[in-house]
Amino acid sequence: MSEIAVSLRAQVGSFALDAAFAVPMAGVTGLFGASGSGKTTLLRCLAGLGRCDGVVRIGGAVWQDDERGIRVLPAERGVGWVSQDSDLFPHMDVAGNLDYAIRRRPASAPRHDRSAVVGQAGIGALMQRAPLSLSGGERQRVAIARALLAGPSLLLLDEPLSAVDEPARRGLLDFVAEAAAGFEVPVIYVSHSLTEVARISDHLVWMEGGSARRAGSLADVVAGADFSRWLGDDAGAVVDAVVRAHDESWATTVLDSAWGQFTIGRIEAAPGDRVRLRVLARDVSIGRAPQGDTSIVNEFHVCVAACDPLGAGDLLVRMTPRGGGTAVLLARVMRQSAARLGIGPGADAYARVKAAALVHRR
Amino acid sequence: MNHGDVRALWLTGALALVTTALLLLVGTPLAWWLARSRHRIRPGVEALVALPLVLPPTVLGFYLLVLLGPAGAIGSIWEAMGGPRLVFSFPGLVIGSMLYSLPFVVQPLQTAFGAVPERLLDAATLLRAGRWDRFRTVVLPLSRRGVLTATVLGFAHTVGEFGVVLMIGGNIPGRTQVLSIALYNHVERLEYAAAHTLAAGLLAFSFVVLLAVYAFNRRFEVARL
Repeated sequence: MSEIAVSLRAQVGSFALDAAFAVPMAGVTGLFGASGSGKTTLLRCLAGLGRCDGVVRIGGAVWQDDERGIRVLPAERGVGWVSQDSDLFPHMDVAGNLDYAIRRRPASAPRHDRSAVVGQAGIGALMQRAPLSLSGGERQRVAIARALLAGPSLLLLDEPLSAVDEPARRGLLDFVAEAAAGFEVPVIYVSHSLTEVARISDHLVWMEGGSARRAGSLADVVAGADFSRWLGDDAGAVVDAVVRAHDESWATTVLDSAWGQFTIGRIEAAPGDRVRLRVLARDVSIGRAPQGDTSIVNEFHVCVAACDPLGAGDLLVRMTPRGGGTAVLLARVMRQSAARLGIGPGADAYARVKAAALVHRR
Repeated sequence: MNHGDVRALWLTGALALVTTALLLLVGTPLAWWLARSRHRIRPGVEALVALPLVLPPTVLGFYLLVLLGPAGAIGSIWEAMGGPRLVFSFPGLVIGSMLYSLPFVVQPLQTAFGAVPERLLDAATLLRAGRWDRFRTVVLPLSRRGVLTATVLGFAHTVGEFGVVLMIGGNIPGRTQVLSIALYNHVERLEYAAAHTLAAGLLAFSFVVLLAVYAFNRRFEVARL
């Protein structure tokens, strides 16, 4: 399978990066971690801009392998690069910036249609504008369009929303997700915001203290014990679902998920749309028997997969669907209650979801 | 202006033009290196480049005369290789002027190159621009004010030199006698009217040139906002 495999060591001042991970070379990979965890350093190394030792394999291409003496020059890697401050050339207008990328695109690179990219980015009206006259969101749209027009084999985005106003962020994230899917460009998206990463990512690499603590599918990494401990109160699972129908009489929307039907407050989406929910562990409770006498609508028959200590008196309970499958829900319960209910690995139980937040719809 | 003054005017113009052109060629890579390098010899090179700012021109001219003369370390080798006489000649004037005006060209370029954001260079590189492509399409356009300043200062400063040319070029009418030396000759011979013509001309030239630079840079600033 085609994958992005990275094993890199770098020393920047007193900060040491020593990160190794592999993720599928498709869709959006979130590179998530607190400020100073080494995300940007790692991204620069992927682009070939930073000093580092190790191995970088992108699908079939080896960009760096120091043992074999391979190091592809940054200009020959064909990465699309968008950083937090816009890197648009201020002495050219928007059209000039896009042309700069197209003119230098080699015949071997993917040739995305200029008008298709411009249309998708929604920047058709900005062509004659100077970069300095654009808003933060517009600048980043142009920067991403420019990166796409270079025909990249990999798109690297470094906190692209940090200089963008809150209202423009959602649209920009959607654009990144649509572009990644529509133009079939794998994306590595660096952010310290779990909301952003949860919205957009298919895979997640969690960085801490210069190393890649976990890498894998978004749902797996987010539901991991270490990650949950690190998040503390915000620990929770990600549930992907598909809109089945709306129930207008109750103003609810019914979703199909790996857990069965999931009912949430009415959302703006069409049947068939894919949505992503975030279910915090503190919003999930557990019982040994189904319970009809409760306000909670979403109750699922589950199998307890693991129990990990969380804080002094709590347990983080990991559950998978009783009927089988890899989906994961997390519940935060008191150790005392778990003992009373006899909840441990392998136990048969019912998970009750009190609240779920919609994080993404496409 | 008498015939000698006109010849001095042409010679000065030619010298300033050649010197400025060569200095831009040599000074650009030097300024780029100074702006970007973190090499430990950089402060030493920077000090050397700035030396003509503080050194009496006669000191520079004296050492050049010694080094480039037929018996000098460089001059002897040069002439053994078949090169033309360097002292008291136009090539000698060019060499002296280049050293004398070096900081006036290199420093504005260095400042301008250093102000080009690193992230724009990275962006160009990752869009597959090679070093020269990147320099031509990103660095130079963003440094045009610095290039203009360097060109004008290099030219004007060469026009105004005296001590270095006198030392290495002497005072040969039509060959090494530049305007500032012609002016000096007039004063020595008490020809104050002719001296006034040249002095006022040089004064006006210098002022107009600087005015043009500042006006142009101001216009740029307004346009960039």
